[in-house]
Amino acid sequence: MRPKLNLLSDALVEQIIAEGFELLMNPGVRVHNAEALKLLADAGAKVDFETQIAHIPESVARRALETRPSEFHLYNLDGEQVVHYGGDRVQFDPGSAAITVLDSETQEQRQPLTADFVKFVKLVETIPQLDAQSTALVCVDVPDEIGDLYRLYLALNFMRKPIITGAFRKDTWWTMKDMLVAMVGSEKALAEKPIAVFDVCPSPPLLWSDLTCQNMIDSARYGIPSELVSMPLAGATSPVTLAAAVVQHTAECLSGVTICQLAHEGAPIVWGGSPAAFDMREGTTPMGAVGTWMIDCAYTQIGKALGMPTHAYLGMTDAKVVDAQCGLESSGGALMAALAGVNMVSGAGMMDFESCQSYEKLVIDAEIIGMSKRLIRGIEARDNPIALTLMQELGHRADYLAQPHTLKWFDKELYLPSAVIDRGSLDAWKKKGAKTAWERAQDRVEELLATYQPAPISDELRAELRDITTHAAQKFGMDELPPLPLD
Amino acid sequence: MSSELLNKITISIVEGRPDETVDLTRQALVDGLEPLTIIDEGLTVGMNIVGDKFQTCEYYLPHLIIAASGMKQAMEILEPELQSRQQEAESAGVVVIGSVAGDIHEIGKSLVGTMMSASGFQVHDLGVDVPTEVFIAKVKETGADILGLSALLTTTMTVQRQVIRELEEAGIRDQVKVVIGGAPISQEWANTIGADGYAEDAVGSVELAKQLVV
Repeated sequence: MRPKLNLLSDALVEQIIAEGFELLMNPGVRVHNAEALKLLADAGAKVDFETQIAHIPESVARRALETRPSEFHLYNLDGEQVVHYGGDRVQFDPGSAAITVLDSETQEQRQPLTADFVKFVKLVETIPQLDAQSTALVCVDVPDEIGDLYRLYLALNFMRKPIITGAFRKDTWWTMKDMLVAMVGSEKALAEKPIAVFDVCPSPPLLWSDLTCQNMIDSARYGIPSELVSMPLAGATSPVTLAAAVVQHTAECLSGVTICQLAHEGAPIVWGGSPAAFDMREGTTPMGAVGTWMIDCAYTQIGKALGMPTHAYLGMTDAKVVDAQCGLESSGGALMAALAGVNMVSGAGMMDFESCQSYEKLVIDAEIIGMSKRLIRGIEARDNPIALTLMQELGHRADYLAQPHTLKWFDKELYLPSAVIDRGSLDAWKKKGAKTAWERAQDRVEELLATYQPAPISDELRAELRDITTHAAQKFGMDELPPLPLD
Repeated sequence: MSSELLNKITISIVEGRPDETVDLTRQALVDGLEPLTIIDEGLTVGMNIVGDKFQTCEYYLPHLIIAASGMKQAMEILEPELQSRQQEAESAGVVVIGSVAGDIHEIGKSLVGTMMSASGFQVHDLGVDVPTEVFIAKVKETGADILGLSALLTTTMTVQRQVIRELEEAGIRDQVKVVIGGAPISQEWANTIGADGYAEDAVGSVELAKQLVV
């Protein structure tokens, strides 16, 4: 039996969904995008073009819920189906769009450069517990205006795994789409076997900005999956009660699914988010708060009740260094996400809310993820009878270590961590240098990076990606891109 | 042909298929291979690979044990052959091992015994809760090079010191190297009680034993 976490009663699920639909009508959804407003009006919503508020009848949103796919897959660059959005499949990718990287030597945050993100992408490739890449760092050695597409450019040069990404502008989305098309050969191939997902973030409460709305519409038209990242901040930009924050999340996501399906029926879209329980002392958005985890898991339950693929930002920490708080917050969130059956859990490596990425935290999180994935595989009988034959044969001998039964099952039943996790005796630990988790993680990063296998990308394709990216950079005053750190 | 068969024996040890190791060993004898050749160029090569894989974290304890089991079963076939040729497998040394009086924990001790045995030591495993005088008598009887004392409890680790004292009283302390192990045991404790060595795990204990008998 697979363990499953449900925080909401059936009655509460029903009421939250009902209130979500109500909010779409009154007060309605603010949509700062002309195309979306027109789509909504044409579909029967009452649209005030002056105030840019759409009052969406439940029937319109219900229709969208009928045309959205309940599942879809992502493909790696070898064309293999590796990520499954839908059902209770649980997968993990690194937290996205960090504006700093934790320096491995100084343990201080600094601005990321090209080489930092390339190292990050390579590291993600080598970590078996991670199912997808993300455009995790925003590099400062290129103009801000191309910060989004430049990440994708770098990642595409070094990755095999599919990628969770997003655009910061309307025009850059097109450049990013062109890169993805270049990778797989055609727009048709990209729609049939998507290699990327675009995050689209409504602003709380109940607002679709022009940029994110357009990204979602454009993605829908090209069959590129969108991932809704609704982020009610309980007690600040949403009501403070957890259930009410989930109501707001429901309304924002319902409006997103509706606009997406109106743009293109059947376009893949994910019920996701990055909510937080507002910190009532610091005025911050803690990702490691238990309230945050609960909102995430509850909205996941709502998404599943509506038959949607799901996503959540979990497994992060608000700590500024890789310390005890970092470990406990990241573990709590990742375990909860796994138990809730979130299809894509974003956040590995991320700290200081959602602003900093750390290579060392990433390899520690990989162990948390490994343990979480083991947990939800649950406990199986394995043999029938479960133990009788074996235990009656051995009697009272404590000789299980020598049994073929042990050799057969131990690595399937037990999660075997890397040396990041220390389970040696005191003396063994001292003999290996009395290293802290941080130091062991440093070793692990180096060990993994040494195993990186170059991505299957031709020189012609590299050149094409470079041309596409350079063309975009030139619009913003950069004639030549920083050199690609190729070995 | 013979090198191919020896290679298969090595692989059967490394991949943990004791039954196959036994069959191949019998086959090798039928083919006229010398028992010592089978040991040195087949079985031992496999055990060394297994030890290396354990230390690089590719292998885990069950792999070690199953490989050692294959080695042991093959040796049971080869011993009579060696005797009939009036040969001996090159012994790395004689080891007496057991858990000290009052301590009934077996797993760690047996693991060390198994690994030492698979590494060419002649191992006399006295079991658990072994009275001190039984250790002393066995060391005298076998002329052991190494005495391994296991204790898992902080309440029984002091018995390790007692055994060393009684070896001294019996006048044979300088004839045998005493190595200790167990969860609460450390190098510091080994120093405190005058033991000759301490190892962290089963693979480490084999290394230690090899160093001590040189």
